[in-house]
Amino acid sequence: MPILQALVNGLVVGTLLAVPAIGFTSMFAVLRFPNFAISGIATLGAFAGYLAYGAGLQMVGSLVVAFAAAAAAGLFFDKTAHLPLVKQGALPAAIASIASGLVLENVIRLGFGNDFRGYDRPIARDMYIGDIRVSPQQLETMAIALAIMLAVFAVLAFTRVGKAMRASADNPELAALKGIRPERVAAMASFIGMGLVGVGGMLLGLDSSIDPLTGARILLSIFAAAVLGGLGSAPGAVLGAFMIGMAEELSVLAVGSPYRTAVGFFAILIMLTLRPRGLLGERAF
Amino acid sequence: MLHYILFIATIGGIYGLLALSLNLIWGSAGMVNLGLAGFFAVGAYASALATTSGGAPILAGWALALIAGGAAGLVVTLSTTRLREDYLAIVTLGFAEFVRLVAANEIWLTRGIDGISGIPGPWKAALGQDFNAVYFLIVIAVVGAVFALMRRIDRSPYGRVLRAIREDAQVAQVAGKPVLHFKAQAFALSAAIAGLAGALYGNFTSYIAPDLFLPLITVYIFLAVAAGGTGSPIGALVGAYLLMTLLESARFVVAVIPAVTAVQRAALKELLIAVTLIVVLRLMPSGLLPERIPPAPRPQTGGTT
Repeated sequence: MPILQALVNGLVVGTLLAVPAIGFTSMFAVLRFPNFAISGIATLGAFAGYLAYGAGLQMVGSLVVAFAAAAAAGLFFDKTAHLPLVKQGALPAAIASIASGLVLENVIRLGFGNDFRGYDRPIARDMYIGDIRVSPQQLETMAIALAIMLAVFAVLAFTRVGKAMRASADNPELAALKGIRPERVAAMASFIGMGLVGVGGMLLGLDSSIDPLTGARILLSIFAAAVLGGLGSAPGAVLGAFMIGMAEELSVLAVGSPYRTAVGFFAILIMLTLRPRGLLGERAF
Repeated sequence: MLHYILFIATIGGIYGLLALSLNLIWGSAGMVNLGLAGFFAVGAYASALATTSGGAPILAGWALALIAGGAAGLVVTLSTTRLREDYLAIVTLGFAEFVRLVAANEIWLTRGIDGISGIPGPWKAALGQDFNAVYFLIVIAVVGAVFALMRRIDRSPYGRVLRAIREDAQVAQVAGKPVLHFKAQAFALSAAIAGLAGALYGNFTSYIAPDLFLPLITVYIFLAVAAGGTGSPIGALVGAYLLMTLLESARFVVAVIPAVTAVQRAALKELLIAVTLIVVLRLMPSGLLPERIPPAPRPQTGGTT
C-alpha cells in the first residue's frame, strides 16, 4: 500500500515540522510580524547541532546546542534589526528579517561551503509493521520531537513565562497594564521561538543531509503549517504541520517529488481563499 | 571597458524597471511583493518562449510578457487582497518559489535547469558590436515611459487613492473607494512591469535559466527602493543604479581578497547586500530621496495646542 506508507512518512515529517512551526507561530503571536529569518535560523540550528554531534555529543545534547545557538542568534537579530522596525509596521520588519536570514545563510556558506553534510548516525535495520516500513532512527527523532512539543505546551500552559506570553499575545495593552513587561515577553518569544526553529532545522536535517539552503527549503512548509492552523495558534501549527507533512508525501505519489515544496504554497492559497482564519482560528494559543 | 559599462547600465535600467514596479506596489499602495523575482521570471520565460520556440517578433514577446506578468499578479492577489498584508508577503514568496519549480521541472516547455539559450535580440546580427549601445537606448526609453506613467499615477487622483489605502484602507473604504479593486489593479500593473523587465532581460542576455531568478533578486530590488526612498519613483531609479554600483564594486573588492573560493566570494557579496539592506532600513528609513507629500497634521501626544 503506497498510500498508507506515504501517510506514515507524512506523519513522521509532520511531527518534525511541528517543532519549528510552533516556534514561528508563537513568535508571530507575540511580535506581530512574519519572521522570515527562520530560514537562516533553521540552517544555523542544523549546523550547530551537526558540529556538536560531530564533536561527540549525544543526540539530546546536540539538540540543546542547536536550540541555544538558534535562540541566541534569533534574539540578537530581533533586538538589533527587526523589533525597532515593527513600529513602522509589520512589513519593514518582515523585509529586514529576510535580510537577516540571508546574513546567516551566507555566514554559514563562508564557513562550510555549499557541500551537503550528513550527521553520520549509526545505521539501523528498518522495521516492518505489515507492509509499512519505518526506521528506528525516524522513531527516535519523532519521539524527541513529541517530547519537545509536550515541553513547549507545558511551558505555555503552566509557567509564568508561558502565561505572560499568552497574555501578551492575546492583548498587549492589557498585559502591560497588569505589569507584564512587553520587552521581556518579546525577548522570551524570540528566544524560545527561534530556539525551536533551530531544533526543527536539525531534526529535519537528521534524516537527510544539510547545506546552507536547508532552512530555505523548509521555509514554505513551516509557513504553510502555521497558516493552515491559524497564524499565532500553537495547537493549530501542530495540526497544520501534520496536514502539510502528509500532503507533501501524498503529492510525491501524485505528481512526483519535484513539486513537493509547491504543496505548501497551494495549501496556503487554498486555505486563505476558503478559511483565512485557519483551522483553529488566529491566536487560539 | 565601454562595453562593460553599457552592459552594466542596461542591467541597471532593467533593475530600475523592477524598482519602479516594487515602488508602485510597496511605496504607493503599501502592499508587499516578495515574489518580484517570480514575476520577473514569468515575463522572461513568456518572451523567451514566444521569440524562440514560438518564432514571434520581439515586440510581441514583450507584449506577451506584460500580459503574462499582469495575469500572474491578478491570480496571486485575488486570493489575498481581502487579507492582511503579512499574508500577501507569504503568498508572494511562495509564488516565486513555485515559478522557479515549474521552470526547473517542466522540461518540455522551459528546458529545465539547462535554461533557454539563443533568445533573439532586436537587430542583433545587423548591429554586431553596437548591440549593447542600441539595447541600452531601448531600455532607457522603456524605463522613461514607465517612469512617466508612474509620475502620472503619483500625481493623479488614482495615486492619491493608492496612498490613502496605504495609510488606512478602512478610511479609504469609508470614503467610498473600492479598495479591493484598486489593490488588485495596482498589483497587476506592478507585476506586469516586472514581467516586462524580465522580457527585456532575456532578450538582452540571450540566456535565461531558473537559477537566475532566485529570491535574492527580490532582496536586491528592496534594497534599491529602500535606499532610493520608498514611495518616490525617481528614488527607485537612483536606488537601482546605486545597487548596481554596489554590486559591481563588491565584485571587484571581493576579487582582490586573497585565499577565498568562488563560493565564499558569492557568499561575501550576498552578505554585503543583506547587511546593507538592514542598515538602510534601520538608519535611513525614508531613503535618499524621500517621498514628497505634505505631511498630514497629527495631534500632539502629551502636549496642548
